Amino acid sequence: MAKLLFGSPEWTQALHDELNHSPAYEQAAKNWEGDFYFVIEPEGPVTETTYLYMDLWHGKSRDARVIQDPSQKNPAFIMSGKYSKWKKVVTSQLDPIQALMTGQMKLKGNMVMVMKNVKAAQEIVRACTRIDTDFPA
Amino acid sequence: MWFFNSPEVAFGEDALSYLAQLRGRRAFIVTDPQMAQFGFVDLVQQQLTSASIETRVFAEVEPEPSLDTVRRGAEYLREFEPDWIIGLGGGSAMDAAKAMWVLYERPDLSPDGISPLEYLGLGKKARLITIPTTSGTGAEVTWAIVLTDRAEDRKLGLGSRETLASLAIVDPVFALKMPPRLTADTGLDVLTHAVEGYCSNWHNDFADGLCLKAIQLVFQYLPQAYADGSNMEAREKMHNAAAIAGLGFINSMTSLAHAMGHSFGAAFHVPHGRAVSLFLPYTIEFSANGGHHRYGEITHFVGVDEPPARAPRLAPWPEQNEYGHFEGLPSTPESRTRLLVRAIRELETRLESNTNVASLGISRSVYNESMNTMLDHAENDTSIVPSPRAPDRTELQKLFEYAYEGKPIDF
Repeated sequence: MAKLLFGSPEWTQALHDELNHSPAYEQAAKNWEGDFYFVIEPEGPVTETTYLYMDLWHGKSRDARVIQDPSQKNPAFIMSGKYSKWKKVVTSQLDPIQALMTGQMKLKGNMVMVMKNVKAAQEIVRACTRIDTDFPA
Repeated sequence: MWFFNSPEVAFGEDALSYLAQLRGRRAFIVTDPQMAQFGFVDLVQQQLTSASIETRVFAEVEPEPSLDTVRRGAEYLREFEPDWIIGLGGGSAMDAAKAMWVLYERPDLSPDGISPLEYLGLGKKARLITIPTTSGTGAEVTWAIVLTDRAEDRKLGLGSRETLASLAIVDPVFALKMPPRLTADTGLDVLTHAVEGYCSNWHNDFADGLCLKAIQLVFQYLPQAYADGSNMEAREKMHNAAAIAGLGFINSMTSLAHAMGHSFGAAFHVPHGRAVSLFLPYTIEFSANGGHHRYGEITHFVGVDEPPARAPRLAPWPEQNEYGHFEGLPSTPESRTRLLVRAIRELETRLESNTNVASLGISRSVYNESMNTMLDHAENDTSIVPSPRAPDRTELQKLFEYAYEGKPIDF
């Protein structure tokens, strides 16, 4: 199977499928309610901002797609960072919580909910690492 | 990229007198009722009075402070409008003071929303001083805040790098009144902070030395402080060790033993230090079974890998121990890790602490009834994030079960 380009519609669909087939994610995120924009900011080989929309609800991904116009949705959470930081996160070289704590990535939304669901965040990263990903070079 | 954060630290005998040099108008002292009974609040007020600083005391912090207590204290702060907030007591009082400070400066926030992920903008109204009266949590030098959500029976690991005191006063005079049980529990908390800080996935060059020094001090001085609470040298060294371990772990983070200890402690109201230290050897074994042997580096530093004749602080080794080691130096990281586990269990036993859950008198059925809640809370405890080996839910349950029986981890 061909590698999927990070941030592409196919890659986003693969993440959606991974989450929906992961009992560990289902368990970890069973109380999670809230949709996301994952914003990949341009850097190096990536020249345009990419908005991945994911509707995460009670351990399942209800919707996942690349959005062209960010005003289309008003998600509860927005996590953003430069391409190189996202690459490190989805390849497990950078812990997302550490990235947020050091300001390498930004998160907007209800922090109470985030701090009570750190396991779900870890499981999303694990799901990302299971996707055979091709990164723009 | 990472950071090293530390307050100014005044330490040693008579460090409290540094308060007399403070400049300001009003100081709000956050503490618990016992501190007033012991006369500790008076000691602090005397110094502040000599600095012409008006004081007000909030002595209502309970063990495992609740979100409501923090909200209540913040209301008094808004009324009094101090430029200094002083957390005086154990971790509960100091953590409550940190959270009240946040709400004083940021009334728009909820205490359970104090997060390291956003800018708080503290320091516009007041600054924080911490004065520990126990030698354990290291809360005097950390930005971590542990509060309890009574509605969910859950401990919340909160804090921001901004919730760090400007000044920590580490004066051993406050430690002298700790009874032996509290001395042991808090001292084992120091050990757990330092071991987990040294071995967490976020360990770093700046924190490593602090963690190792704290571990060394614990093995040398905790049994002495426990046996004779009036031993001033042991008290001072343990008071320093708590702050040193605090500086170590807050800059490298704690891990799995804290995640398990928090969830277990909240369910069964076991003192924090006893809860986290109970799980420490099991989590070390679990990590070691996954190939993580940084723990083994600790044994050499604290002298537990020396031949029996050269390790007078610990009970003599048998001729051949359960891991097959004879007298002399064990040679592999794996064996040294197991020696560390053994040394920790020996220390716990010497301090008459608990090495398994059953010994706390908790029935198996009651324990099992709380299992799902403990798993949910431990899995989502922020301390689990930097664990060298993160368990899945099945493994986490087995860890809780093995710890109940006191069974060595074999998975």
